[in-house]
Amino acid sequence: MRRTALHDEHLRLGARMVDFAGWEMPVQYVGVIEEHQTVRANVGIFDLGHMGEIWVRGPHAGAALDRALVSLPSALKLGRAQYSIIVNDAGGVVDDLLVYRVADEEWLVVANASNRARVATLLAQRIGASASVSDESDATAMIAVQGPRSSDAVAALFEPEEADAVRALGNYACRRSVALVSGSRIPLVVARTGYTGEDGFECYLPADSATTVWRALLTPGKPGAPLPHPIGLGARDTLRLEAGMPLFGNELREDLTPFDVGLGRIVRFNKGEGFVGDAALTARSTAGAQVGRVLIGLKITGRGIARHGHGVHLPGGSLIGHITSGTHSPTLGFPIALADLVASAGPYPLGTSLEVLIREERVAAVVTGVPFVPKGVIGTERT
Amino acid sequence: MSSPVELRYSKEHEWVRVQGDVAVIGITAHAANELGDVVFVDLPQVGGTIKQFAVFGAVESVKAVSDLFSPISGSVIARNEALSTAPESINADPYGSGWLLEIRLGDPTELDLLLDAAGYDKLTA
Repeated sequence: MRRTALHDEHLRLGARMVDFAGWEMPVQYVGVIEEHQTVRANVGIFDLGHMGEIWVRGPHAGAALDRALVSLPSALKLGRAQYSIIVNDAGGVVDDLLVYRVADEEWLVVANASNRARVATLLAQRIGASASVSDESDATAMIAVQGPRSSDAVAALFEPEEADAVRALGNYACRRSVALVSGSRIPLVVARTGYTGEDGFECYLPADSATTVWRALLTPGKPGAPLPHPIGLGARDTLRLEAGMPLFGNELREDLTPFDVGLGRIVRFNKGEGFVGDAALTARSTAGAQVGRVLIGLKITGRGIARHGHGVHLPGGSLIGHITSGTHSPTLGFPIALADLVASAGPYPLGTSLEVLIREERVAAVVTGVPFVPKGVIGTERT
Repeated sequence: MSSPVELRYSKEHEWVRVQGDVAVIGITAHAANELGDVVFVDLPQVGGTIKQFAVFGAVESVKAVSDLFSPISGSVIARNEALSTAPESINADPYGSGWLLEIRLGDPTELDLLLDAAGYDKLTA
């Protein structure tokens, strides 16, 4: 199994390690619910060193990415990020991505751990000689700082003037920066992005500086400054699910197009020139609401927790799809799930009653709005 | 951490406390710790029967579902209804308020097939 640069730190912190996409990663340090609540109420840090960082550079890099992805990276302003998707020729989702324009002629593409080699290969094939494609995943660490107190926590890594600039980053903004930690200057890209449904930052830095930055974040600062706790992949999953964010391998699969998972808005057809998958996606986008699949949110009202793979049925009736992710929501205190359903039996307006087959019993569920937990809302203030 | 000596244990990480022909069963601290935060417990109805080493229910943490295997056979006299609102008792107090079922023993000789505390601790060391 592969290990991130922070592996020894996780062991030292008493993490329980698991295999995730071939990586030995911390699933929890003290407990999923406590870690989840830390991020919702305070601030936590995540080792995401398993993710892929692929740089695309050159005067034609933006146009090259427009042809390789469904979105329009060339339209990104300097220092901005966008959520994107890379599809195959049939329009099927190969991976979901974050794309940052870090410099005038430099884009950073962040891929999921399970797909990073494939995304790097596809980008190199699709971009060819029109720009430089460089998979720098192995040399790059990624640390996320997430939660309502994240800006103060991350700002502590910088000198005062730069700290103000980092604090001033808007949502989905990024900047190339230099941290000052224990006397060392560490170059990094810091972005106001995340996967938790909270305010937060993601930092991309040299792997050999990861331990220095990680320890600095966990060291008490000035009186009253927030002290982050480390957060494992268990809470990362419950946080992203409450936020209604899709996970590749669960909600996103290669046999589904962006239109089958509610992400059609990301696809930009009017690029001036074609992109990989455009013919299939054009056909899919005009096929009507009764074609393909839809992704919906469910609140489980009966007894039981819906899990990935459980069947979803019309009340007393036929199978219409499956649960893609499900858990007990630590914030809401009841089970929530996302489900991939056939569009032909829909639409499924909010409040529609359905049933989930949990251990051979049909359990009542109701279609509910996504995100389950809106950004910045702490569960105790909700009903 | 040593398991309570007055209990008997199955290799599937359930404990049993026998008093006459009645037994209380639950899951061990080791199992609760491995599961993580328990958020849901699925138990059989009172009056139902359970069979030694067979699945009688399920316990779910935030992360995953695990089957519950009965350490002994018998009929269900009571189940811990408090777990429906406070499943976290299983993590906090697995040998006390986190108990699962009270059952009337079917065959006391089945207890000979279980481990004592030392045997169980060796299994989970």
